[in-house]
Amino acid sequence: MALHKPYTDVPGTTIFDAEQSRRGYHLNQFCMSLMKAENRARFKAGERAYLDEWAMTEEQKQAVLARDLNWCIRLGGNIYFLAKIGATDGKSFQQMAGSMTGMSEEEYRDMMISGGRSADGNRYVGEDGNAQAQHQPQGKAGHKKASA
Amino acid sequence: MAKITASVYTSHVPAIGAALDLGKSSEPYWQPVFKGYEFSKQWMKDNKPDVVFLVYNDHATAFSLEMIPTFAIGTAAQFTPADEGWGPRPVPTVIGHPELAAHIAQSVIQDDFDLTIVNKMDVDHGLTVPLSLMCGQPEAWPCPVIPFAVNVVQYPVPSGRRCFNLGQAIRKAVESFDQDLKVHIWGTGGMSHQLQGPRAGLINREFDNAFLDRLIADPADLSAVPHIDYVREAGSEGIELVMWLIARGAMADVNGGPAPTVKHRFYHVPASNTAVGHLILENT
Repeated sequence: MALHKPYTDVPGTTIFDAEQSRRGYHLNQFCMSLMKAENRARFKAGERAYLDEWAMTEEQKQAVLARDLNWCIRLGGNIYFLAKIGATDGKSFQQMAGSMTGMSEEEYRDMMISGGRSADGNRYVGEDGNAQAQHQPQGKAGHKKASA
Repeated sequence: MAKITASVYTSHVPAIGAALDLGKSSEPYWQPVFKGYEFSKQWMKDNKPDVVFLVYNDHATAFSLEMIPTFAIGTAAQFTPADEGWGPRPVPTVIGHPELAAHIAQSVIQDDFDLTIVNKMDVDHGLTVPLSLMCGQPEAWPCPVIPFAVNVVQYPVPSGRRCFNLGQAIRKAVESFDQDLKVHIWGTGGMSHQLQGPRAGLINREFDNAFLDRLIADPADLSAVPHIDYVREAGSEGIELVMWLIARGAMADVNGGPAPTVKHRFYHVPASNTAVGHLILENT
């Protein structure tokens, strides 16, 4: 019998459940290894070689090398684990969160200062809020895409 | 006999800790956040507890995916602030209260809540940021702290109802401890925030303020709110708010006593990606 998952119709959101956790186990444990300074140094010195020490899928490794957090999350990554990559790169949590929206750092920061993203239009897939698939990427990156 | 005298509720945004540690608390961006805790720091001095029972969540620090306990009680003599990747926060070591912690574990497990007992654990910003907000930057924290970690990272997390009932079992456990101790119970995390995906940055003032209203006046009803409502309305990480229901469940009125007094209430947007909410309730 299928498990009850009422959270699959929230736009722009992947819930880290037991299934995602299983899929992302080695990816997340790789991230965890970056809690140690010597591992951060080894990773920075040779990213590909360091990733090859882990039983991750090739796609997971590519997603890490590309620093594409949305891609990492689709493959089972969880943001609290992925944040260790950002810390290794010297990025703040706000820079990491913003990177997933397509907005520039400044655009995302300004959105937060002016009260954050509204829930309106962003509760269910199929509405018309700014987190919906049809409005990605957000910010100037999206305007450029629309006018191209 | 030990007694729960008050409950404190606060967000535990890591950037707040960083702002304090880097001396940025008077900058225009951060000033309104810290102003909201000025009352609280004085209140902490005037109402110094003997022990704080601090409900928080670990953020892939002490618990990786190797082990994911739903409820974990720290029974150690001390807990070291963790290196979360940016280096450990320059804050005092957290001194535990092994005797009371072990007593609570025994009582609560006998009440059917299967706690994981943790005798060695580093503590991350989820625990140290609330201490910084309430106590400032002292040489040592004012009292022993019992860390109580709740899994809100991997779904399914415990329901609001389960958290609220657990709070009641914790109150009963504290009140059966033979020493005369004043105990605070703190619920931390939240308020609305989402840290992932194209929906990152979600904030919901209406939801948050209604949550505060209901937490004060009708927590039993609030505890029936299902997970999906938190996700939709308060963001995927807004689910941390279920931890506030543990602290609220431990207050006297839930067990037929008088309603608590609201000593302080504060709400501010934003701190980094998050809405900051804060309440102090005293048992009368």
